Amino acid sequence: MGFFTDTSVCIGCKACEVACKEWNQVPMSIEGYTGNSYDNSVELDANRWRHVAFIEQKLPVDVTDGASLVEAAARGQAVDGGVASYQEADGFRWLMASDVCKHCTHAACLDVCPTGALFRTEFGTVVVQEDVCNGCGYCVPACPFGVLDQREEDGRVWKCTLCYDRLKDDKEPACAQACPTNSIQFGELTELHERAEHRLAHLQQAGQDKAQLYLADAEDGIGGAGAFFLLLDQPEVYGLPPDPVDTRRDVGEIWAAAGAAAVALGVGLAAAVFGGGSR
Amino acid sequence: MSTETTSYHGQPVIKEPIWTWEIPMYFFTGGLAGASAGLAYLSELRGNEVLGRRAWLGAFGGIAVSPVFLISDLGRPARFLNMLRMFKVTSPMSVGSWILSVSGASTTLAAVNAWTGWFPRSARAARPVAALFGLPLSTYTAALLANTAVPVWHEARRMLPFVFASGAALSAGAAAVITTPPEHAAAARRLALASAALELGLNEAMRHRLGEHAEPYKRGAPSKLRVLSGAAIAGGAALLVRRGSGSRAAAATAGGLLAAGAACARWTVFKAGFVSAADPKYVVDPQRRMIERGERRGAARREAKVRDARPVVGSPATAPAVVRDLQSSSPH
Repeated sequence: MGFFTDTSVCIGCKACEVACKEWNQVPMSIEGYTGNSYDNSVELDANRWRHVAFIEQKLPVDVTDGASLVEAAARGQAVDGGVASYQEADGFRWLMASDVCKHCTHAACLDVCPTGALFRTEFGTVVVQEDVCNGCGYCVPACPFGVLDQREEDGRVWKCTLCYDRLKDDKEPACAQACPTNSIQFGELTELHERAEHRLAHLQQAGQDKAQLYLADAEDGIGGAGAFFLLLDQPEVYGLPPDPVDTRRDVGEIWAAAGAAAVALGVGLAAAVFGGGSR
Repeated sequence: MSTETTSYHGQPVIKEPIWTWEIPMYFFTGGLAGASAGLAYLSELRGNEVLGRRAWLGAFGGIAVSPVFLISDLGRPARFLNMLRMFKVTSPMSVGSWILSVSGASTTLAAVNAWTGWFPRSARAARPVAALFGLPLSTYTAALLANTAVPVWHEARRMLPFVFASGAALSAGAAAVITTPPEHAAAARRLALASAALELGLNEAMRHRLGEHAEPYKRGAPSKLRVLSGAAIAGGAALLVRRGSGSRAAAATAGGLLAAGAACARWTVFKAGFVSAADPKYVVDPQRRMIERGERRGAARREAKVRDARPVVGSPATAPAVVRDLQSSSPH
């Protein structure tokens, strides 16, 4: 079970942020006005498990084919129209997306957690057991999306639980329930993938050639995710990594190097002790 | 198109580690302990009891302090024993906790026996165990850093363990040179000098191999610490060569400089990680370049796996009635 977030219908209302905070009793995290468009949440962290991103894109458009301004802007055409303002036919579009923990199939946080606090639930989601976590913080730099964070004064690491308690009662997560446009869709991943493919095809045929599915495929660096997205531009525009990788992919190589270096150290110590004339 | 990195309002993509000053100190003291145990055991084998005893002291000093640093950095220090709830090979921190536990017990036993003569039978078994486990104790911390998403650490995963190994050897040699009378410290001097050269050389080689990923080492705190470390190591080595075999005071000063240099080298790598995580360009640009060169597939796909775009009842905005209305009013 997981999320399909169709960012093409997100209206940036932030109901998801509010619902998540209310249900999970996540502490207040007011940071003041950032000046980053309508985004005053900034990022996912220990006290922010849903974060709505706002990107304002100004695209000069060529309107010689008789299309309306809005239509031309929606096509995402980057042809230089040679004009300087919206009134003179510049296009403009909003990108809005609700970001969340990806609940990766190959989850780096889970792989590096030394206490076993992070575990995979029966729903396929990744959850932190707060009575086990000792705040070692290893999961924080391991996550390729920068999701996990330590809660100050509490000392433990917190993140989206995909409303584990609600799932156990056959409810959907708070954010999915609150989303008024159903941009956040919750359900069985096979059903969500099917919907996503059709929606992508529809958008592509409507001229949105930058529309793309992100984290939908098992061939990516995290084996696909429990929370995948339909984006209208490159992932990095939304602050997402183009090629996130679970570091477990390289852990064999890492241990081999550490082992070889340990052997080399032993050889070096022996050479120093036995190699000289005097003891 | 601008040549700047595409980013989301300049925000970082990954998180900086939450670790504070205790962690590079834990790396340093762990390496000191691990390599000193090997030095002690081998010196005793060669018949140099004086150096052996001093090196066991260094090993004990390191191993007594290292876990204290680690535990104090935890968000919930009282729960430190939770580290031993499992043994997870995909987690260097998990494996390392066990290595530290075995090293701690065996090194303590060996050191106590070397200075007091107590527990002779257990210590006879403990000595080789401490020496053996001291080797991965000195290198697993590099695996710990490399096994993250931090570009400057992850991309150096093949060389970082060797850098930490030479740092551990340097720390052990330096500590032994400080505590051992010069006439018994020849092996320690050899170790310190060879590791000093290796530490300088391997750090350079690691940064060279990092190529485009090495930029965090060239700015801010990492670049300053790098210079400090290099100067301390070079200065300490020069002093040790010239006066270390004759004068106890010169040897101690040289050893102090070398140890400080080794600690600074750990701090350099540690701080470089923070710089690497804070700027989105270090994460995004290399990933995007590999995708453009066709070396990596990336996580995004533009081609739908279906041909027909039947409107799906997911969102009210994509419901059939709405789509039909839009299509009938569209200019197409």
